[in-house]
Parts: sequence; C-alpha cells; structure tokens
Amino acid sequence: MSSVTPSEIKEEFLKSKIGIACIIILSILILVSIIAAVAIPIETFQEWNNPNEWILLPKTAIPVWVNYFQSEKIPEHKVLNNPTVQRDSTGEISFVSNQFGLNYNYDDYPRDFIYDFKANYVNSPMLQFSVIRPDGLKLELLTTSLPYSQNEITHAEKIFSTDNTIKKNLMLQSDIFEFPIDKMSAEDIIFSQTNQHIPLKGEYVFQIILYGVENQNKIIDSQLIIGGKAFGIMGTDELRRDLALGLLWGTPLALFIGLAVAIGSVIIGLIYGVYAGYKGKLTDEAMMRGNDVIYALPALPFLIILAVTISNSIFVMIGFLMIFGWVGIAKVARSMSLQIKTKGYVEAAKMMGQKNSKIIFRHILPQLLPYAFASIAISVPAAITTEAGLSFLGLGDPSFPTWGQILHDANTYGAAPRGLWWWIMPPGVMIAITGLAFVFIGNALDSIVNPKLKR
Amino acid sequence: MALKRYIATRMATMFGVLMITLLLTISLVGSNMDTILKQGVVFQVRTEISENPEILQSFSSSAEYEKFVQDQINQRTKALGLDEPWYSPQRIGITMYKILILDFGNATFLTSDSGSSDVKDIIMEKLPKTILLFTTATIIISIIGILLGVLSGSKIGSKVDRVTSSFAVISSSFPVWWIGMLMIFLFAFVYQVFPARATPDISPNEEGYFLALLYHMTLPLITIVLIGFGAWAYLVRNFIVGIMQEDFISAKRTMGVSRKKILYRHALKNAAPPIVTILALSLSGSLGGAIITEAVFDWPGMGRLYFEAISVMDMPVIIGATYVLTVFFLVSIFVADLLYGYFDPRVRTGS
Repeated sequence: MSSVTPSEIKEEFLKSKIGIACIIILSILILVSIIAAVAIPIETFQEWNNPNEWILLPKTAIPVWVNYFQSEKIPEHKVLNNPTVQRDSTGEISFVSNQFGLNYNYDDYPRDFIYDFKANYVNSPMLQFSVIRPDGLKLELLTTSLPYSQNEITHAEKIFSTDNTIKKNLMLQSDIFEFPIDKMSAEDIIFSQTNQHIPLKGEYVFQIILYGVENQNKIIDSQLIIGGKAFGIMGTDELRRDLALGLLWGTPLALFIGLAVAIGSVIIGLIYGVYAGYKGKLTDEAMMRGNDVIYALPALPFLIILAVTISNSIFVMIGFLMIFGWVGIAKVARSMSLQIKTKGYVEAAKMMGQKNSKIIFRHILPQLLPYAFASIAISVPAAITTEAGLSFLGLGDPSFPTWGQILHDANTYGAAPRGLWWWIMPPGVMIAITGLAFVFIGNALDSIVNPKLKR
Repeated sequence: MALKRYIATRMATMFGVLMITLLLTISLVGSNMDTILKQGVVFQVRTEISENPEILQSFSSSAEYEKFVQDQINQRTKALGLDEPWYSPQRIGITMYKILILDFGNATFLTSDSGSSDVKDIIMEKLPKTILLFTTATIIISIIGILLGVLSGSKIGSKVDRVTSSFAVISSSFPVWWIGMLMIFLFAFVYQVFPARATPDISPNEEGYFLALLYHMTLPLITIVLIGFGAWAYLVRNFIVGIMQEDFISAKRTMGVSRKKILYRHALKNAAPPIVTILALSLSGSLGGAIITEAVFDWPGMGRLYFEAISVMDMPVIIGATYVLTVFFLVSIFVADLLYGYFDPRVRTGS
C-alpha cells in the first residue's frame, strides 16, 4: 500500500502479458461502444421490443458465416428491392411489370417469401405474380385484382407464401412434378426440381405484372423478401430481431452499468469506512453494526423485490446494486484508515487544528486511491453479472436491450433445447469477456498495490 | 467468558438484522399485499352470494343488494384488520410476530404439489429439493476443491497450479445460469443424454419419482460443480501457500520432516479452520442463492418457488421465502463467525 506511484503502476502493469491483453480487450469494448453510439441510429435500440420494426427479417436465422464451414449451403435471407421495371401497352390494355432476379445456390428451401408492394392506380387493375425457374418452367402463383377505386389511390399489400390461392394455383400445375406436392408448402414446391424433391439451383426470376386500362398505373416500393434461414453476422432470434444489433448495443450498456455501480459503491464504501475508522469509538461501532446489517441482507432476493415493487428502470437498478456493493469495501477502508490515522502527519494535521473533513479528504483518502482503483476494477464484473442475472429473470429495463435480456428471451423461447446456439453463446461470451478483462486488470493492480500477494 | 460475550453480541446483531429484513420486506410489499387481500375479500363475498340463490332472491332492489355486499365486505375487512393501513404499528407488529413463529398464512395463487396453499407446506415441500441439489453440489465441490487446492498449493508454479488458478478466475466470471443454458444445449439438444427441464414428468406420489428426480438432477449438479470447484481450489491453494511460508513449517523442513508429511500433517491441519468456516458458510448459503440457477433448469426447489412467486406477485409466498432464505443466510454467517472465533482467538478478544 501507499508508496506506489502511478508511473510505477503503469510500468508494472505493462510488463505483464495479461495486463496488455486486458487493455486490448477493454479498448475493443470501448471501440464497439463508440461504434454502437455513432454508427447505428439510436432508434434501433428503442425499437428493440417493437415487433413491427423487425417484420422483414427471418425468424431464428443462423449467422451467414456458418455457410463457409459446411458444404450444404443454408439459404440466406434476401431482401430484393431493385426490380427491373418495364411498362408497355398493347391496344387498350397497358401493363407494368416488376422483375426480381434471384441467384439461388443453396441446398435447402427458403423458409417463406413475401412480396411487399404499394400500387398507385385507378379502377381495379389485375396483379399477376409468377416465377420463371432456372429450368425454364414458368409457374403461375397468383392472379388477383386489386380493390376497386374510382379515384387514384395508393394501395399497400403484402402477399405471403402461405397464401391459400398460391397453393391452389400450384396444385393446378401439379402434373409438372413427378412426386405428390399436396402436403408441401409453396416455397418447397417452387424451389424444387421436377423429378425429385431436392432444391433446384440457378437463376430464378419473380415476375409481377399489373394489368390495367389506364396508362398511369404504377407499382412503388416494390420488394420481394426471400425468407432465408441465415441472416447477418450474428443471426436473428425468435422475434426476428437482428442479434448483432442487440449485442452491439449491449456493450455500452454493460460498461455503463458495471462502471457506474463499481465507482459508486467504491466511493460510498471508501468515505463510509474511512470516516468510521477515523472517528473511532462509538461512531465506529455504530457504523460498523450498520455495515453488518447490510452485509447480512440476502442481496438477490432483495434486489428482486426492489425491482418488482419500486422500479426496474436501469438507473434505479444501478442505485440498488450500489446499496449491496459498498459493504466489503467499507470494511477494508476502515481498517486501512485505522492504520493511517496513527501516522505522524495525520496527528500533526490534527494538532494544527485542521478540520476532520479536510484531514480525511487531503491526507487519508489519497492514500487509499490505488486500492480504490483495484476495487473498482474488481467490482465491475459482479455488477455486470448481477444485472444480467436480474435481466435474465425478466426484471430488466425493457427499454434497453442488455445481454441479460437477450438471454432471458432465449430462455423464454427455449433456445437451448432447440439448439439455437447463436442466440445463447454470444451474449454470455460477451459478459464473460468483459468480466474477465476487469478481473485481470483488478488482480494486476491489486498485486502491484499489495506486493505481499506477489510471488 | 469472552467467547460467551462474543456469541451473545453476534446473536443480538443477527436477530436485529432479521427484524430489519422482515420490516424491509413487509414495507416493500405491504401496500401491494393489501390491495390483493382486499380484492380477495370482494371476490369471496360476491362468489358466496352468487352461489346462494336464497340470499340473492331476498333482495328487492339492486341498491339493497349492493348495500348488503358492501356491508359484508366492510365487515370482513375489519375482521381481517384490513381497515387499518398496512403500516400501522399494530398490523406490522402482528405480521412480524406471525412470521417469526413461521405462520406465513395462505398463498394467493401458488399451491404445493399436494394441493395445499399453506405457505409453510409449500416451502417445506420445496426446501428438501433445494437441499438435495445444492448441498450435494457443495459437498462435491468442496471435496474436489480441497484435493485440487492442496495439490496445486504444494507445487506452486507447476502446470497443475497454473491450470487451477486460471480455471478459477475464468470459471468465476461466467454466470452459472449461462453455463446452465450451454449445458442444456449440449446435453439436451446435441447429445440428448439428459432432459432439458429438471422437473420430473411423473407426479411426486408415483413410484420411481425419486429415481427420476435424481436423473433430472444430474445436469444441474454437473453445472454447479463445474463452475464452483475452481474458486474453492484457488482458495484452498492460497491458504496452503500462506501456511507453507510460516516459520514453523520452515523449521519442520530444516528438521528433515518429509514434504508430504509437512503438507498433510501440519499445513492442512492449520488450514483447516478457514476451510471449515467457508464450508459452513457455503453449505447453508447454498440453500438460498440459487434463484437463477433453479429458474434455468426448472428445478422444483426454493429458488424457482421464489421466482414463480415474484412473477405472479404472490405476497405471502414472497415474504415467507425471503424470511426462510434470510434465516438460512444469517445462520450460515453466524456459524461461520462462531467457527472463526473458535479457531482464531484474536477475533473474540476483539484485538
């Protein structure tokens, strides 16, 4: 304790490999936080729990990079929104067509497909939806007329692959296939070879034609979503949310929670302990009994009750976590201040008539700073895991997506028994890595500050 | 004399803490509990009347009927003492006294497997299961931990030592419940050896329930042991290392006593007090601190009961479970304190 200068700490710290590794991990985490804060629009995390925001993404999609490691390629989720537009008119009837080209090279069928469009028209134009397959076959999927309107309107509609009419139309063309298709879903039929039921690879063209008598009919915002089973670098969850975004947003939140709780509890603990130790006698006794009471409270049950009855706002939670965090630090700070109190310069300052607060803040607390930094680093992981645990129980702040909440959702939807590893692994690994970085930094600091522990 | 005084002050503190905990719990959930109890009374009165057509026919107007209902409700709230607010000293006193003598009342929603809604019955049914899982785990952890700790403590810097130390640090920074999810993924999905839910499918009264319970217990048990023994080994190692540096050990060494004998006869004997203390602490502490782990594995013990009670806001169960958990926690601290005071005379004389 005491006679270690900051430059010595730095020097000692940089000597150890683990110290450097931790600094690197920490810098990466901070960098990720900055990226999350700067590059990603803040709406994405506010909309985390809004299902409408994620409707275009696939359910429980595996990360795309898995395809690099296996020969059987899993279909990727594709959002096609750049159709080739053609318009023509033959005689009285005019038509406008949108064509989506799709290069399909996967060994499995897509999950589904959705055609999402807005049409600008008068009267009641007819919409024809068909697909031209790599083997040249053309399958008619759907022919429907849009709702009648006398004046020009904009009509928005989504056509889903689960549409019964699509299935019926496919059944009409069932003699193309050499196997029974009546039990299959539309996408399993469309993307299948004709002689046996395996996926057909190659260039598909999805064609949408809008027939009408008026020339100004238009299809706008047209997009075709081929619902894949793989998406993004981190996949998606049951609620179609992009897990990469959740993990990214979790980083600054975890760092914030961990550091706020750790710094808060260390400050409270230091001041409480030093004051008790410095004052001594009855004040010390009373304060230490108070300390004992909080030490003996079962933390987790109480945190749960507090979260349920008072508030689960993340800021209030940080306060609650502080209540249980400072106790041990106060005990150590007290015994340290008992030692420092007897030193000559403190006695001298007292004799000169300096105020108690001044002695504590000028002469005693600075001596404890190295210990304080070590304790901050060591307290961070506990704060992060406790918050994650509370979130995991479903007591987290719903307006902030933390790693614990991702795991809570994973547990609610039974991700583990269903084998959705990309939903379980990354959040836990992030929690552990963040915790480890701080633990190692704390241990390194501690062994520098307390040379006794070194051997 | 000093020891007696020490025990007396510790007990007084513990009792004070217990009272404060109770008071805090009641004040946190009190207002919610009142609302729920009052709703319960209203519901009870209305169902009683609607099930009794004779009373129903005796009213001439709906106003009269409403008045009768209101009277009945008022009467019963008064009988239950609900007319006073929950924070009136009288009611808090009664509630605390009742809880002290383990009368937790009836649960609002939850019932025990045998159908009783008495909170005491529910807790008595769940507690043995928590003991079965967590106490077994703690015993296994401590055995592995002590063996590994002595092994690595006697060979500082060896491969065993380094692996143990780093495993301790790494394993303690993973949340147990997350490892639990991974284990479920690994052994319930990939290899399908163990069931994902730790609650047996058959009812407790059937034959073979205990065996099924043991089978379902395996996965949580492995998980808890896996995460726990590293920290134990590290702790024991540090005790051993500390003692091996003491003067009397060096003296023995210069006297020519064999290394093995020093380690097992003298070092372990001197490390025993703190080890026993921590064992006591973690044995009784293990009974409460497993809310999240039990929730992950769906183990039908105290932790899951607590979690279920919280999610449906079943106040009597919350209060009862908190009380039982606190008592165990306090007893463990108390026992640990006593053992420490017994082994280390410096503590009890207060120097």
